[in-house]
Amino acid sequence: MELKDKLVSSFMAFENTVDLDSPIHEIRSEAIKNFENKGFPTKKDEAWKYTSLNSLRKIDFSIFPKADNAIEYKDVKKYFLHEIDTYKIVFIDGIYSSFLSETTHDGVDVCLMSSALTKPMYKQIIELYFNKVASKDESLTSLNTAFSREGAYIYIPKGKMPKKPIEIINFATGNEASLMIQPRNLVIAEENAELQIIERHQSLTSNAVLTNSVTEIFAAKDAIVDYYKVQNDNADASLIDNTYIDQKGNSAVKVHTFSFGGKLIRNNLNFFQNGEHIDSTMKGVTILGEKQHVDHHTLVHHIEPNCESHQDYKGIYGEKSTGVFNGKIIVEKLAQKTNAFQQNNNILISDKASINTKPQLEIFADDVKCSHGCTIGQLDEDALFYLQSRGIPKKEARALLMYAFANNVLESVRIPELKTRINKLIAKKLGVNLGFDL
Amino acid sequence: MLKINNLHARVEDKEILKGINLEVKPGEVHAIMGPNGSGKSTLASVIAGKENFEVTEGSVELEGEDLEDVAPEERAHKGVFLSFQYPVEIPGVSVTNFMKTAINESRKARGLEEMPAKEMLKLIREKSELLEIDRKFLSRSLNEGFSGGEKKRNEIFQMAMLEPKVAILDETDSGLDIDALRIVANGVNKLKSKDNAVVVITHYQRLLDYIVPDYVHVLHNGKIIKSGTKELALELEEKGYDWLKN
Ligand SMILES: Nc1ncnc2c1ncn2[C@@H]1O[C@H](COP(=O)(O)OP(=O)(O)OP(=O)(O)O)[C@@H](O)[C@H]1O
Ligand SMILES: [Mg+2]
Repeated sequence: MELKDKLVSSFMAFENTVDLDSPIHEIRSEAIKNFENKGFPTKKDEAWKYTSLNSLRKIDFSIFPKADNAIEYKDVKKYFLHEIDTYKIVFIDGIYSSFLSETTHDGVDVCLMSSALTKPMYKQIIELYFNKVASKDESLTSLNTAFSREGAYIYIPKGKMPKKPIEIINFATGNEASLMIQPRNLVIAEENAELQIIERHQSLTSNAVLTNSVTEIFAAKDAIVDYYKVQNDNADASLIDNTYIDQKGNSAVKVHTFSFGGKLIRNNLNFFQNGEHIDSTMKGVTILGEKQHVDHHTLVHHIEPNCESHQDYKGIYGEKSTGVFNGKIIVEKLAQKTNAFQQNNNILISDKASINTKPQLEIFADDVKCSHGCTIGQLDEDALFYLQSRGIPKKEARALLMYAFANNVLESVRIPELKTRINKLIAKKLGVNLGFDL
Repeated sequence: MLKINNLHARVEDKEILKGINLEVKPGEVHAIMGPNGSGKSTLASVIAGKENFEVTEGSVELEGEDLEDVAPEERAHKGVFLSFQYPVEIPGVSVTNFMKTAINESRKARGLEEMPAKEMLKLIREKSELLEIDRKFLSRSLNEGFSGGEKKRNEIFQMAMLEPKVAILDETDSGLDIDALRIVANGVNKLKSKDNAVVVITHYQRLLDYIVPDYVHVLHNGKIIKSGTKELALELEEKGYDWLKN
């Protein structure tokens, strides 16, 4: 059976396992209809021109994982930012692991979507926020909405800040020959709240995994949200990430996406600016090899005046890897004095690697500053010679240059231990012995 | 120490060096002067091993060893240093980290352990003081946004760190203000010993007042057309190159 049919026919069974009186019952039903109508996107869809889901659709993914797949902390410690204390919301094969998690209700809520969706005390917030910024049109988002049951639920009240960063980690154990997971995260930062989130998907075996994740983030007035996506999964794991961000006046949301591993990664990152003096920042470092594929689709919708957006994506593509960057910026007529910057720079280190990069600007206001630039290049020969002439061997010199190229995206990472981690990951990915400590 | 025999080099189809002979002995300072485009920087690059210049005839020897097929980094390990006319900007690598990498790679090539962090810091402090370089400078990205003079001073700082046997200074004086010129020249002189040698490429006599050459050579159209002592530089300053060209 095609994956689509399997999903649609499983929906009834799924609905029976969840509370039919749930406030989102209607939303789920609408969503599955939309998915049923549209199906998986294909290369005929403009937005999916360079990314094919064909091979994934042929895999017979399990949709309902078996429960209780325990893993030991010591085996997965390295995937946590264990250098510092963090809150942790951990899922194993899509099921919450209380053992590996550390949640809190102390002034802020760092807990589970499944509780938020079922407990009466959260009802009002769910009604206010759930599926309010996520697309109702996009079929994969709808698919996730239809099956949404579990994920992270984070609510930071006015003026609050959690004591420590929050890690959201999805492990796949490989207990199923192939598994599809659909995490659904909801993050709400009320006025003046501030928080930092690190999200990671990690398959622990070489069994196929397909994650179709949706994250909704609401940043109220003056809120500050830093969201870090660490995508360093193994070669048989694919990820479709759909992140939707609603920002109100004076808020600042930064999303960093580090794409270093995985079979296929599609990042749909969407910002909606509903207020003035908003700052939306997207940074990305992509380093790929083998036959890996990453597709970054960003959208910034400038709706009101005096806002900014900053995009800086760097990519290094080796072997037969392929990349896509599609950055769409819409500036509405009302959104005067918008500053929108977009930069996508790439280095191809193999003849067989390729990148498609495309800015897409739709500007309806006249008083705006918009700049965009994409480059695709090789390493600078003069720089290489300069390093070599100081005694740094060619291989290391190349790696050092690539490291430097990618690394300046990290300046805005505000968790020093994470920065060090990513630094080291980049160095490792590029096979560079830095000769200095980080 | 450095011996260049009948060196011919070209880039693509253009012959730039047309038979250069030069011998630099330990302890000596040589100056190379000559009009723009005569091949001075090309000579410097060929000595340092830049691959896009093709040596078609002749050789470069360091302490009796032919450097043909020796990679630029290995030349550096053997003691060749080039202070670039146009130092390259490397965003994202700080001066300090760059120097640490360079020093430790040289040590590795010589079978030595990495330099202990403390020792490295001490060395960096000592050499940056010698060239009166502000510490803040060292944490900036290499050459990125450095002024012309700052780049040149930074080149000599690197030379001081690496202690080469043969240093080629390609127009290190251009871009330096009067005080900086004195500081940089002073640095070079302090590093000078009977065991190493310096080749200064310059357009101006002024630098040679500070770094006093034993020999002065004039390069024109890919050949050394005249060699002499430091008085030659004074003569060139006065008369220009025309009288030598024919
Ligand atoms: N990569 C190259 N491709 C083509 N021509 C080159 C290249 N490099 C150097 N040349 C040419 O070789 C000649 C010598 O250049 P070089 O830089 O060695 O001169 P120079 O003596 O250092 O001049 P200046 O005093 O201006 O620094 C010039 O005519 C230059 O244009
Ligand atoms: Mg020159």
